[in-house]
Order: sequence, then C-alpha cells, then structure tokens
Amino acid sequence: MSAAPQLVAVLALAAVWLAIGVAGLAALHRFHVVARILFPAGGAVALLIAAVALTALWGTPQAVVLPIGLPGLPFHFRLDGLAAFFLLVLGGAAAGVSLFSAGYFRQSEGTAPGLLCLQYHVFLAAMALVMLADDAYAFMVMWETMALASFFLVISNHRIAEIRRAGYLYLLIAHIGALGILLCFGVLQANTGDYSFANMRVQHLSPFWASVAFLLALAGFGAKAGLVPLHVWLPEAHPAAPSPVSALMSGVMLKTAVYGFLRVAYDLLPAQLWWWGVLVLALGLASAVFGVVFAAVQSDMKRLLAWSSIENIGLIFAGIGLALLFAAYKMPAAAALALTAALYHVASHAFFKSLLFIATGAVLHATSERSLGRLGGLLRVMPWVGWACLLGVLASAGLPPLGGFVSEWLLLQSFLFTPGLPNAFLNMLVPAVAAVIALVAALAGYTMVKFYGVIFLGQHREEKLAAARDADSWERLGMAWLMAGCVALGLFPAQGIELLAPVTELLVGASLAQSSGGASWLLVPVSVERASYGPLFFFAGVAASFGLAYMLVRRLYHGRLRRAAPWDCGFPWQTARMQDTAEGFGQPVRQIFEPLFRMRRELPTAFDARPRYAVEVGDHFWHWLYLPLARLVESAARAIGTLQRGRIAIYLLYSFATLIAVLIWVTR
Amino acid sequence: MSVLGLASQTLEIVAALALAPLLLGWVGQCRAWLQNRTAPGLLQPYRVLHKLFNKDSVLAANASPLFRTAPYVIFGCMTLACGIVPTLSTDLPLSPAADAIALVGLFALARVFAALAAMDVGTAFGSLGARREMLVGFLAEPALLMVFFTAALISDSTSLTTIVRTLSAREIGIQPSLALAAVALVMVALAENARVPVDNPATHLELTMVHEALVLEYSGRHLALIEWAAALKLFAYACIGIALFAPWGVAHAQAPAALLTALPVLIAKLAAAGFLLALLETLSAKMRIFRVPEFLGMAFMLAVIAMLVRILLGAGPR
Repeated sequence: MSAAPQLVAVLALAAVWLAIGVAGLAALHRFHVVARILFPAGGAVALLIAAVALTALWGTPQAVVLPIGLPGLPFHFRLDGLAAFFLLVLGGAAAGVSLFSAGYFRQSEGTAPGLLCLQYHVFLAAMALVMLADDAYAFMVMWETMALASFFLVISNHRIAEIRRAGYLYLLIAHIGALGILLCFGVLQANTGDYSFANMRVQHLSPFWASVAFLLALAGFGAKAGLVPLHVWLPEAHPAAPSPVSALMSGVMLKTAVYGFLRVAYDLLPAQLWWWGVLVLALGLASAVFGVVFAAVQSDMKRLLAWSSIENIGLIFAGIGLALLFAAYKMPAAAALALTAALYHVASHAFFKSLLFIATGAVLHATSERSLGRLGGLLRVMPWVGWACLLGVLASAGLPPLGGFVSEWLLLQSFLFTPGLPNAFLNMLVPAVAAVIALVAALAGYTMVKFYGVIFLGQHREEKLAAARDADSWERLGMAWLMAGCVALGLFPAQGIELLAPVTELLVGASLAQSSGGASWLLVPVSVERASYGPLFFFAGVAASFGLAYMLVRRLYHGRLRRAAPWDCGFPWQTARMQDTAEGFGQPVRQIFEPLFRMRRELPTAFDARPRYAVEVGDHFWHWLYLPLARLVESAARAIGTLQRGRIAIYLLYSFATLIAVLIWVTR
Repeated sequence: MSVLGLASQTLEIVAALALAPLLLGWVGQCRAWLQNRTAPGLLQPYRVLHKLFNKDSVLAANASPLFRTAPYVIFGCMTLACGIVPTLSTDLPLSPAADAIALVGLFALARVFAALAAMDVGTAFGSLGARREMLVGFLAEPALLMVFFTAALISDSTSLTTIVRTLSAREIGIQPSLALAAVALVMVALAENARVPVDNPATHLELTMVHEALVLEYSGRHLALIEWAAALKLFAYACIGIALFAPWGVAHAQAPAALLTALPVLIAKLAAAGFLLALLETLSAKMRIFRVPEFLGMAFMLAVIAMLVRILLGAGPR
C-alpha cells in the first residue's frame, strides 16, 4: 500500500480517533483521564490529520480498497485535492475545539465523560471518513455514523425535554436529507449496479436524469447544511448541544455537506447546467438573508450563532452557485474565482464560528446563563474569553484585516465578472445579487456588535456575573489556536488561495494564478490594475497610524487620566437593568424586515395595573410548511389507522380480498 | 514604487490630516453665513482640538481597555482611508493594499469599534447611540458599495487609482449612471457623517442624537482623536465624491509636475463641496430616526439603479 502513503496515514489516524473513543469507554467515569489525556490526544491527532492533508493537497489522487463492511462490498477510499482541503479544515478546527474540550467538559454534562469522549471521537472519525469515501456504500455508512454520533452528542443533556425535542427534530431532518443523498447515488449509478464513485464519474446521464440527481443532492446536502427551507433543525440543535459540539457541528459538520455537494455537482456529474447555478444562488441568498435577519433578533447567544451559521452557509452556497453558473457557460477563470471565495469562506467560517461557539461555552460555564438579557460586562471579569471573542466577532462581521473579509471580498469581486455572461437576463439580475450580499455583510456587522456588546460590554445585568471566572489554561490554548487560524487566514490570503489552487484546478479546471509578479503580500485575483488587497499593508497602515498617534499625543501633550462615575443624565437611580437590551438592539431590524418574521406582540394599555410587554418572533417556514406537513402526516396516519381494527377476522378478510384482487389482476 | 510615489503618498496623508479640520470649519462658516449668523473663526476646529488635547481624559470608573483603545483604532482607520483615496495623485504606493471594497470595510471597522466602545460603559445613551449608528451603518454600507460598483463597472476595476485614472480620462459630461450614483453618494455621505437630515452635529438634545450619543462618555485626548477622525471621515467622503465625479486635475505617474497644481485644485473642489454640504444642511430639516431607513433605502435603490443603467446602456465591448 505504499502507493498511497497519505491516504493510509489519514485512515490510520481516523482509527486512532476511534481507539481514543473506545479508551474513553474503558475510563467511563474517570473524569481526569478523559479530560486531561484523551481529549488532548484527540487534538494532536487532528493536527496530524491537518498536516498530512496539507502534504496531500498537491499530490495525485490516491485510492485504496479496504475489505471491511459487507462481504463482496469493500470500502473504497480515495484522497484527492478536494478531500484534502476539507480534511485540512476539519483537522485545523477540530484541534482547537479538542484542546478547549480538555478544559471544558465537566462531570455535570448529563452523560458520563467516557461516553461523551466515545461519541465525540466517533463523530470526528466519521467526518474524516465521509471525505475519504469513494463509493456510495462507504459514504452512506459514514454519513449515517456522523449523523447518529452528532445526534447523541446533541442530546447529551437528555434529561431536559426541550433538548430531546431538538435532537428528535435534528434526527428527522438528517434522515430526510440522507434519503435524498441515497436516491441521488441511485440515479448517478445509471442502472449499472456499481456504486463506486469511479463508475459514476464515467456515466453520461441525460440532462433530465442529471438534473434529477442534482436536485436530490441539493435537497440532501442542503438539509445537512441548513439551507432554507430545511434549516429549522439548526437553531434548535446547535444551542442544545454542549458548546464544543456546537462548534464542531457548525464549524465542520456543515462543511461536510458542502463537501458532498461539491463532490456530486462537479466531480460525479458530467456537466453543469446554467439553471442549477441560478437555483443554488437563489437558495444561498435566501438562506443568507433569512439567517442574518433572524440572527439579529435573537436573544439567546447560541441560537444567535446558529442563525448566523445559516447566513454563512448561505454565502458559501451563493459562491458555489455562481461558480456553477460560470462553469456552465465555460468561463473557468471566473468559476475558479467564485469557487475560491466559497472555499475560503468554508475555511474562515470553520475557524471563527468554532471560536465564537467555544467562547459562548466558556461564558455558559462561568455564568450558567445563555440569555443575553442576563449577561453583560464580562470583558472585565473574563478578559481572555472577551478578547478572543472580539477577534471572532470581527472576523465574523467580515471586517478587514481578518479572514471573513477576504472571502467576502473575493465573492464581491466574482460578481463584478458577471457582465461577461452570455445571458442578458442574468446580467441584469446579478448586480441585484451583489447588492443583497452587501446588505447581508452589513447586517452581519450589526448582529455581531449586538452579540458582543450585550455579552461582554456594559455593566453586569446580574449580581452573580461579577464572580464569573475566566477560562482555564486548556480552554485558553484551544481559543488561541483558533484565533491564530483567524488571523493567519486574514493576513495571508495570497498563501491561502495557493492552498485552494489544486482544488479549483480539480473542479473547474482553472485556479487563481498569482499575477502580482511575486509580491506574495498582495491578493490579486486577476491583475493589479483590476483589483488587489494587501491585508498586511492594510494592517500595518492602521497600526502605524495608531502607534504614531499614541506616541505623539503623549510627546506633545500629556497622558493624564482620571477615573470618575459615568454620566448619569442627572438621574442617579439608574441600575444595570436600564441598559439597552438585546431585544432593544434587535428592534430596528424587526421593524424594517417585519414581513420576514411571524411576530406576536403583547402591548400594554395605559390602564394596566401591571403593564406587560412581550414579543415573540417565529419562523414563517415553521407555520406555513412544517406544521401543515406534520398535520398532513398525522391525518394520513390516522386514516390508515382506521384499517387497524385489532380483530384477527378482519385481518384475514383483508388478506382474502388482496388475494382475490391479485388473482383477478394476474389472470386478466 | 518610486520616490515620487512615496512623496505623493506622504503629501496626501499630511494634507488630509491638516486640511480635514479646516473643511469642518469651512462648512460651519458657510452654514453660519447661510443662516445669517456670525460665524466662529475658520480655525475654530483646530482650537477645539488643541483645547481637548490639553485637558485630562476623564474615564468612566468601569471602562475597559477597549474603551481607551477605540479612539486610536478609529483614528488609524480614517487616516488610512484618507491615504487610499486618490485625491492628489494616482501614483500611490498604499493603493494596491486596499481597493474600494476594502475602503468600505475600513469604514465598517471604525464604525464597529465606535459602537463597541459606546456600549462599553453601559449607560443608556451609549448603547442607544451604538444601536442607531449601526442602524445607519448597515443601511448606508451597501449603498456605498453599490456606488463603488457602478464606478467599478465603468472602469472594469475596483482599484481606486484605476477608477480615477479611467474616469479622469473621459471627457467632461454627464453619464446617467454616474449621475444617479452621485445622488446616492451624497445621501450616504450625509448619513455616514452625521449631518442634517439624518443627524445634527450641533445638537445636544438627547433624544435625537446619534453621533453625539455615541461619544458622550469620551473626553480629553480621546474625544480629540474621535473628533479629528470624524473630520477625516468627512474629508474622505468629500474626496471620494471628487474622485468619482470630478476627478480632473489629479496628478498621474506619467505627469508628476501636476502634483504642484493638484493641491490648489483639490482645495478649490473641497471648498465647493463644503459649500454644497452647508447648503443642503440649511435647506433640509432633520428627520425622525425611523424615517432614516426610508432615506437610506432610497439611496440604496438609486445606487442599484445606477448599476443597472450602466449595464443596460454600457453593453459595449469590455
């Protein structure tokens, strides 16, 4: 097997993950063994996987066949550039989350620490193997393992009914998605009975069947990724899970869906049709707008981040849709740009969203509060978590010079290419799309200011917050790793897109050639005259001006400082509860985007003895799609239930009637 | 990167730092004239800055380090912004580091820091101002981006120097897309710089404040830096308007002698822009905060229409 060294190495490392999980089972209640040895070991394995994936990125595809699974149906594994890139993201983000978990998990999590360790590492290994699978059978087995492991992780605090319900919803939609993927593979093998991806690649499907396969893949992977309208599980399941698991689910698991979609759309399907791109673009934009607008009105910190994940996945799919559009019109350079933007966002979202989720975990442990209305002023008592989270917030808001801005910049650049499309109608439509992306990016900034400002700034809204403790050293290590990822992705985009070049070469046959003439500090998608972005210089410019101002003010004037009570507007009875709330911060968005929400308001009148104000924000999809669907299923089940009489004579009668009917049909 | 390029880059930043308060003073002067008032001296903003720098900084008892860092960050962002926009020359070494989209990002970075710092102390006004500032920001930012995209489609580039070079090469005349974009940019600039009709820089009536509520807790050198940064922002917006819609007279790399005449030309254009701003402020009344989304929504739609017009009419060879 020396022909595939990196692939074997990754498989072995995944096996080590499984072994760590089993070791956790052996040390079921020995909390210190699990937390101090097994989780850091898992983090080290993640780092190794990332390192191996890095070396495999430029290599030729490697394949092995392992005789495990059913007899006559061995598992095919294959490692190419696309898989290597996603493994790199998985390893990079998982390393930070595992290190954080070493400090995070406590005995009180609801599940025995050893069992949690098993589920966690099975989840990681399954995600890695999903990316390596090279036949539908192995893919589905790993996909389901991943779904089940994450389901058990979501309900690890299973004594709370709300969490069980969230887990059930997650499991349900995960399986609807899996069904779509299974059917998609069924179409792709084109009646040959050979379910290996190698066979699917050489099949030439008619446009109709190719479209059927594509739509099934979109539904299946879209359900996992949280695309509108299959997003409803996401804001329920992510807050329910323990924070490191939320970080993995949001940062990495959603990306396996992106991976699967890319695999089917570019690798397994022979050619792309232009309306696929339009459909994916529209769904992506709808998810992005819907996600960010709902994120802006949330008052639960983890739910806010979950909605923000929907937004980011929407942006990724918008990029993929645009790339499909360009690929269908045979514009490989433009397709490579759009795809690079989407993939760059995959990487930066993995880092910043994991960072934000584990930061909420640290806040949750320190204060046992998730509601924004009872937090505040934590930067002063938890400086480590506070500053780490600030970095994550800036990256998430798409601000230079961090990672989120690079992908946004690339995405907007690729929209400026669209006037070259041969379809005049699309040419007119696409600028409006760029406007939507700009709006989403600006709203993300609003949401993140609300998130950070209400949790970490201002005064403590509850007395107990003053006693909150900062993260411990393992947690700090995990956060520092993810912070380093955010900063590196932000400051070295030219090197970052070098890593993406083999992937885009593989998928659309072109890559972003560095045309800056060797200036590696500058990100240049086409030419310097056209557009360029140099975050290092950008950062240096702001920093130099910062430093000079700081120095000169002290040299020319003075550095005197006095502390005093804040200005109270002549009303000395102000309390911390009179600060602006999360609901107040969301109010303008609620008003401007009112049609998108299903709102129920309870307003006090002037004569109420105890005036009460309440507002409840619901999701239209839930009321117009899911509840009617649930009612339909229920009434259908009840109608069928009338057949069930519970008496043996009636059932015999049914059998007899069926027999007669079949006989008539056969002898006809 | 040439010596001349470095010289023009330095000159541009120094000119911005020096002239920005003057522009503010000039606008105040014009406003006073238009309203039949006696104007404070043209140099009043400099005196205010000097006074503030001399005073002690009084910090709220519970202010975190973020509160003290933010003024420097905002000042740094605005200085860089003024260094990027080609006002005197298109031969700028800093220009490849940030294009039009990065410039919008730079404004957003400064805005986010201002809003976070305002929420830091935890008074009612600070967070009220932060919320309103972010509201204005998320409505104005896409509109500004669309204005830049219109210009980017015309010159086939988002690099500001290329845009200015292309636009200054064409003959003087009105392009419909640019005219629409200009209106949108003026509306965005009014909102972003906290001018009437969106905000009133002279007010201290608490319920109507946006920018003033945001910086209510600042004093001494921190306030001076923030006020200077606000002046720089107004300067940057004026320069963006000049660069996009009246770029004639800017020096190019091929003709460095024009650098000598570029500064007087720029000052003349800025004086005209300042007068226009004062006129607009005098003629309009401040609107309620809930009318602001409509106002900025209109700017956004105008900018999008400008882009569509450009695509429809300019379907020539790329």
